[in-house]
Amino acid sequence: MSDATKQLLENLNALVVALSLLTAFGIVAMRQARACLNLFIVESLLLAASAALLGLRYQSPHLYGVALVNLISKPIIVPWLLRRTSPAEIYTRREIDQVLNIPTALLIALALAVGAYFVGVPLANAVAPEFRGPNVPIGIAVLLLGAFTLTVRREALSLLIGLLVMENGAFLAGISIARDLGMLVELAIATDGLVIVFVMGVLVRAVQKQIGTTSVGSLDSLRETVGTADSDEALL
Amino acid sequence: MLERILFNVLQAAVVLIFAPLASGVLSRLKEMVQSKRGPSIFQPYRDLWKLFHKDEVVSEDSSWIFRFAPYVLFVTPLFVALLIPVLTSYPLFFAFMGDMLGGGFVLALGGFFATLAAVDTANPYGAVGASRTRMVGFLAEPVFMIVFFTVSFVAGSTIPYIVQQKWVTPPANFFAPSHVLLVLAFVMLILAEGGRIPVDNPTGHFELAMIDESKSLEYSGRGFALVKWGGQMKFFVLLCIFLNVLLSPWGLASAQTYGAVLLAIPSVLFKVLCFLLVLVVIESSLAKLRLFRIAEFLGAAFIISVAAMIAQVFLP
Repeated sequence: MSDATKQLLENLNALVVALSLLTAFGIVAMRQARACLNLFIVESLLLAASAALLGLRYQSPHLYGVALVNLISKPIIVPWLLRRTSPAEIYTRREIDQVLNIPTALLIALALAVGAYFVGVPLANAVAPEFRGPNVPIGIAVLLLGAFTLTVRREALSLLIGLLVMENGAFLAGISIARDLGMLVELAIATDGLVIVFVMGVLVRAVQKQIGTTSVGSLDSLRETVGTADSDEALL
Repeated sequence: MLERILFNVLQAAVVLIFAPLASGVLSRLKEMVQSKRGPSIFQPYRDLWKLFHKDEVVSEDSSWIFRFAPYVLFVTPLFVALLIPVLTSYPLFFAFMGDMLGGGFVLALGGFFATLAAVDTANPYGAVGASRTRMVGFLAEPVFMIVFFTVSFVAGSTIPYIVQQKWVTPPANFFAPSHVLLVLAFVMLILAEGGRIPVDNPTGHFELAMIDESKSLEYSGRGFALVKWGGQMKFFVLLCIFLNVLLSPWGLASAQTYGAVLLAIPSVLFKVLCFLLVLVVIESSLAKLRLFRIAEFLGAAFIISVAAMIAQVFLP
């Protein structure tokens, strides 16, 4: 492989990784649950592309397998599972209520992404030089953004997506550091993620059936049903 | 030396002459997408010709600013055209008079005078539109800054002639994440600064919804022609910065001969046409945003530009 091709592949990988950071920002900012889910699908596709590009760059067939597993599990099976398990009403609702308003949330997210630089760069420098690239620092940034989504959202589905974004971030960093992990491990992680999605989906459905809403952010007080029948407070 | 000055003046002349054509082509293309025939692509020239031959009405209560502002609006894009690569890929005589930030300041000066003039006449719609234009301007400013700083960080220079070489040598640099994200952020800036559709409707003539046209509301005759021509030139200059510096520094003259420089004119116009086609698709497929959603649109542009900066810093 010539040097020019190598550099082209590295740049393309960096581009894909940067775009996945952008989708993580989008997930923090989106109002609709459906838009969040679509952005998550895009992010997973970008992740698979990054794995494939890295595989091409370092001639590692293992990474192709990772890309394939990722391509099947996240953009296809996760949305399908969510549609099957959680109620359709979630997807049609417009505004998700958040703890913070969107511009504030975005600014904090920006600060987090810049903060990830200070964590990620020493970490990337600690590994062997040929593993250095944008994957580790940006993967950490995506992880932090997913955790941030998890804290500011009050809707069950977006919480789940925040969790999946965190997983994506860890994955993004992982594919550049540990390139030759066993295939079994990858498959186990992918199955694990799917089981989480399934359990959460069923849980969301149960919550909605019991209480009539999925905005779990307002479920913060424990109260007896007797005597407070007129109150609109959520009960669990 | 004389040649370099001549070429530089030629650049400004190209902006002066072809800016109305670009806006005519854009409006014609938009009408064609909407299944109408639309006006001729030379209509903006006829409009300007007509306006220059009309009488001008100036309110007695307005001050000298109102009379002075059209000239500022007309001249500032021409100054910027002297600083940026419109036709050549090598620096010309005035190239080192100002960098990209200098060009940004010169353009901002025009916007400042347009705002003052709009408030000057005490027409209520003028002031409403001026304050809206300022709002868009304030929100676009940080994006401009981050884009410029990231570009200078990558290229190690703020002179546009030097920057333009950086993205294509070696060719793999074209796909660098910072480059692609900056291009994306700059397209959003062009839409906001040019008053194009997701931000502002350039064909709307309803005063309450106006943003960008409100500055020319009180002008007539020659003043109106100058304001209009200045707006078209500003848009053309932004397109030149975008196409020749950021996106596609190909097709520019690299030899210091008259033939090469003259040949660069059609290739630059072709690039502008290609971008106008993309712009028509954007404008025809989006609806105008509500006023307070503009902040979110430009906020997204800001995030993209900062992501470009982060991606640049993260690259080892």
